Amino acid sequence: MSHNQKSFWTPGNVLTAFILAGGLVLTFLRFYKGIGAVTNLDDNNPWGVWIGFDLLCGVALAAGGYVTSASCYLFGLKHYHSAVRPAITTAFLGYFFVVVALMYDLGHPWRLPYPLVYSQGTTSLLFEVGLCVATYVTVLFVEWSPAALEWLGFRKIRNFVIKLTLPLTILGVVLSTMHQSSLGALFVIAPGKLHPLWYSSFLPVFFFISSMVAGASMVIFEGTLAHKGLHDKMDETHLKEADGVAFGMAKAASFILMGYFFIKLFDITMDNDWAYLATGYGAWFLVEMFGFVALPSFLYALGVREKNLKLVRIASVFGVLGIVINRFNVSMIAFNWQLPAAERYFPSWMEVGISIFVVTLIVTTYRFIATKMPVLYEHPEYKDAH
Amino acid sequence: MHRRKFLSLLGGAGLASAMGATKVRAAGNHTFNGYPDAMGVLHDSTRCIGCRKCEQACAEVNNLPKPSAAYDDLSVLDTKRRTDAKTYTVVNKYNTAGLENPIFRKQQCNHCQEPACASACFVKAFTKNPDGSVTYNGDLCVGCRYCMVACPFGVPTFEYDDPLDPLVQKCTMCHPRIQEGKLPGCVEKCPKEALTFGKREDLLAIARDRIRKYPDRYENHIYGEKEAGGTNWLYLSPVPHTELGMPVVGKTSAPELTSGALGAVPMVVGIWPVLLAGAYGISKRKEKIAAEEKAEAVREAIEKTQASADGAMKTALDKAAKDKAAAVDREVKKAVAEAQKEFDEKLAAMQAPAEDDSDAGESPEEEA
Repeated sequence: MSHNQKSFWTPGNVLTAFILAGGLVLTFLRFYKGIGAVTNLDDNNPWGVWIGFDLLCGVALAAGGYVTSASCYLFGLKHYHSAVRPAITTAFLGYFFVVVALMYDLGHPWRLPYPLVYSQGTTSLLFEVGLCVATYVTVLFVEWSPAALEWLGFRKIRNFVIKLTLPLTILGVVLSTMHQSSLGALFVIAPGKLHPLWYSSFLPVFFFISSMVAGASMVIFEGTLAHKGLHDKMDETHLKEADGVAFGMAKAASFILMGYFFIKLFDITMDNDWAYLATGYGAWFLVEMFGFVALPSFLYALGVREKNLKLVRIASVFGVLGIVINRFNVSMIAFNWQLPAAERYFPSWMEVGISIFVVTLIVTTYRFIATKMPVLYEHPEYKDAH
Repeated sequence: MHRRKFLSLLGGAGLASAMGATKVRAAGNHTFNGYPDAMGVLHDSTRCIGCRKCEQACAEVNNLPKPSAAYDDLSVLDTKRRTDAKTYTVVNKYNTAGLENPIFRKQQCNHCQEPACASACFVKAFTKNPDGSVTYNGDLCVGCRYCMVACPFGVPTFEYDDPLDPLVQKCTMCHPRIQEGKLPGCVEKCPKEALTFGKREDLLAIARDRIRKYPDRYENHIYGEKEAGGTNWLYLSPVPHTELGMPVVGKTSAPELTSGALGAVPMVVGIWPVLLAGAYGISKRKEKIAAEEKAEAVREAIEKTQASADGAMKTALDKAAKDKAAAVDREVKKAVAEAQKEFDEKLAAMQAPAEDDSDAGESPEEEA
């Protein structure tokens, strides 16, 4: 990264190095002394921030991959083409590091392939999640590989992989539908533990629909960040199409959020959970519904109508935060709601540290790839991808 | 992976549950009412005196480490405890309003007829045995702890402090001892017959009998008869079971709760590719039609331009022809006029000498 004579030790890189070094120390502690030594998990709270953030949020926020590639290749929105590669790249990295993060949480991480190859627990929703994520991470790797192959100059393989685009895109949507929804379905088995305002037999549907919002919001949000840090890596097409992509995604997200708001409303009605709205959890539920579903929906719509890119970007921050809040609610905040306060879970700083470490790994790897490989621009020798 | 095998694997997640292919009798349209000869234990809290002998027996038969407080130290009953990886059963004391004496309630795995842990486990580490017990195979366990999330009673525990081989631990209903024809450790040791071991059906009959005979002594509810699809441990209590810290658990079993979500899997695998390929086809067709329309428009435009160009050319040609004709006409006229003029000149020239003579004759006269 020191290619333009600047010092390698920019403030950003110093911070990155500091986090990575700290992460390595925590990693050593985790694998040397056990899960109990670094987490606040216990017998009542088996899943904490490593599942709630690293897995549930990680997978949802990596949904930009299937949302963008489906829009471009399946629904024929060709002007999203320059957004596909960055989205596929972030999705691949997102999923890959979800698996990496999962290693910290599993008691026997080296047995992770067991459900696939050794003993299939087909009655488990987690089996579906595992199978889909394992397959999808492979699909994303293949979808992403042309960027690396063009960089390396492997023309023949690259041309072969490009031919697979359509089936891979369809497979990607099928797999995403299944595992995004299954992550919600994981909690369907625990009606007694999840607060009624969040518990629903439609949790799989809620998770799938909100994953589309997560994907669209992340494309806008990541685009904003990339324009700050990697503007010089973008080619003319990318820069020309970027605003259109943001507005298109914003429009879609606005509609989907509105639909999501209403199906959540129907669910409260069907289960007759109205009385809970008057409680503390109810107030928090209303914050989620109005502050992080209705508000971003409105801001997106306004931003699109006024052609106001800044507003759209602000809305995307609310969209992303909304997904994080929702996944935290289902997996931690509204989970075990009947336990006394003393038995509730709050993450230890070391758990949060590992999560920050993993996010930093993703950002660092993305920066490396986007600097070296044709992600934000088209490789001059390969212009046929359209 | 071969595509068909992959699809069948995906589909298998849903189908297997519907067909009950595994140890867990999962839902779909089927309900599993438990193994017919399954055993169980009835805990009658009106008889329990909180002596902790069951805890001690449990630790002994399962080779569990001794707790910090000795088993005859009953002061531990004053604080609420739960089971953990080194303790498969605990007795808690409850002081309820309206009763002089405290009530004691024993906690351990309830050995569900359709266990949530077994249903949730993605490596089939849990087994529901025909003797009624639910056992666990640590050699398969990945340590994901979804069983702990799934269990409605909060039973499975985890060895969080073991970095190398952390396992889930819980009561096994002394499955190995039952196989040998022995009683579970806790039942054998109970001095007050608060615990009764037997066939689940018989235990239900005994429990109903006690309620019928002593309606004043018992709450009319056998906890575990219907909870979570039925459990092999059953409980009698003089007060509502929730007052003894028993969670409110619906009648629905875990496989029934998740069958809908699992059943949707084959549908997604079947329908989505068709719909998406359709969407692709539509967008391609739209593109093709758009391209055709564009080509047509271009052709029309060219034709129109051609036609108007032809028209202009024709007018120009006509005009040119007219001009040419006019020019020829003019030239002819000019030529004729010139010829006429020449002729006239020549004619004049021919007449001129005569006139000159007459003129000459007159001139000298004038000169003269």
